[in-house]
Amino acid sequence: MPIKVEIISPEKVLVSREVDMVVMPGAEGDIAAMPEHAPMMLLLRGGVVSLYENDAVTDRFFVGGGFADMTATRCTILADKAEPVSEISIDNATAQLEALTEAWDKADKSDMSRLDVLQDKILAVRAEIEAGSSH
Amino acid sequence: MASLKELRARIGSIKSTRKITSAMKMVAAAKLRRAQASAEAARPYAEAMRRMLAELAGAATGEEGGPRLLAGTGRDQVHLLIPITSDRGLCGGFNANVHRLTQQTIRRLQSEGKTVKLLPVGRRALNYFSREYSNLIIDKVIGVSGKTVPFSAASSLGDKINALLEAGEIDVCTLVFNRFRNAMTQVPACQQLVPLVMDDTAVKSSASDTAGDVAQYEFEPDEATLLAMLLPKNLQVQIYASLLETAAGENGARMTAMDNATRNAGRSIDSLSKVYNRTRQTNITNELIEIISGAQAV
Repeated sequence: MPIKVEIISPEKVLVSREVDMVVMPGAEGDIAAMPEHAPMMLLLRGGVVSLYENDAVTDRFFVGGGFADMTATRCTILADKAEPVSEISIDNATAQLEALTEAWDKADKSDMSRLDVLQDKILAVRAEIEAGSSH
Repeated sequence: MASLKELRARIGSIKSTRKITSAMKMVAAAKLRRAQASAEAARPYAEAMRRMLAELAGAATGEEGGPRLLAGTGRDQVHLLIPITSDRGLCGGFNANVHRLTQQTIRRLQSEGKTVKLLPVGRRALNYFSREYSNLIIDKVIGVSGKTVPFSAASSLGDKINALLEAGEIDVCTLVFNRFRNAMTQVPACQQLVPLVMDDTAVKSSASDTAGDVAQYEFEPDEATLLAMLLPKNLQVQIYASLLETAAGENGARMTAMDNATRNAGRSIDSLSKVYNRTRQTNITNELIEIISGAQAV
């Protein structure tokens, strides 16, 4: 029995089709959505969402953080930013990482919420680079 | 009666105006199609976001001291108005409608003794309000309309509002923009962003959803954290939607305005040509009369 997966970025819908399993990067660890999964809402960190059909990965998408809404029959991923892994531009990502690292160095080290935000961004961009280079 | 030369010059200048307006109409029509497509593409995200938020807010209600984006600051003193217009004019009453509605709202709030702050989006709004209310303007955003609207524009605006709210500088935040009904009509409207007004229909539909599958949602991490992450995102999405509607509306309004202008130009060319021809005939007749009467006198 398949599960309907939707990956939606603010600009457009990237995927909307039925697959066997979706593995996504939850903020507290990777998690797989399969049919008959208990309804669940979770926060995503930056990482790769893999779509499985017949025990094989058919598609991989990079998401830069977001939310996922799982029910028994569907899985909706709201990504802040999403693109197929094959289209990742490593040069862009590296430039972003440099800018973020600079921002980190300059940031006020006592402002925890700002540091948290920066750290999440840096981790997301690192994940993007990793995903792009492993392709 | 204007001379023939003057008439010719006027007809010529109206003809070139007509060329410009009809070209602008074509361009606006093409841009409108693109803007509408991107507005439609952005809708699924907003819908999914609304569904999740309704679910979460339902689960998190009853907790005291909810996030400010949802509950507001508990006061109703300082209002932030965000009029959203285009950067360029020549689109009929499109921008003027937003200005008028904003101005009415400012007057109403001020007469109730509230403090009003302005954050105009778009060059037209900035120019208009810096004339009369320059002391109310706290920030501005220009250069987002016209081209394809990047989501980053909405997210930076959302962050600004959030920062103001957290600093306690504003209590209520409202968008004033043109709702896109179709290419011909745009209706100016106010939309309150903070505190969040939950869409009744969204809450109801999610309630009927959950009645269908009996199981309760699990949240990871907990509801409060998730809500704190989701609310700013929702703010951005709502702003993004209104920016897209403004972009589509601007082009729709410009298309209509330019269509009217082209038609008016055609009409005045017609009437001027009539005057021109009649004047020319009168001149010829006059000359003939002069010649004939001269010949008769001999």
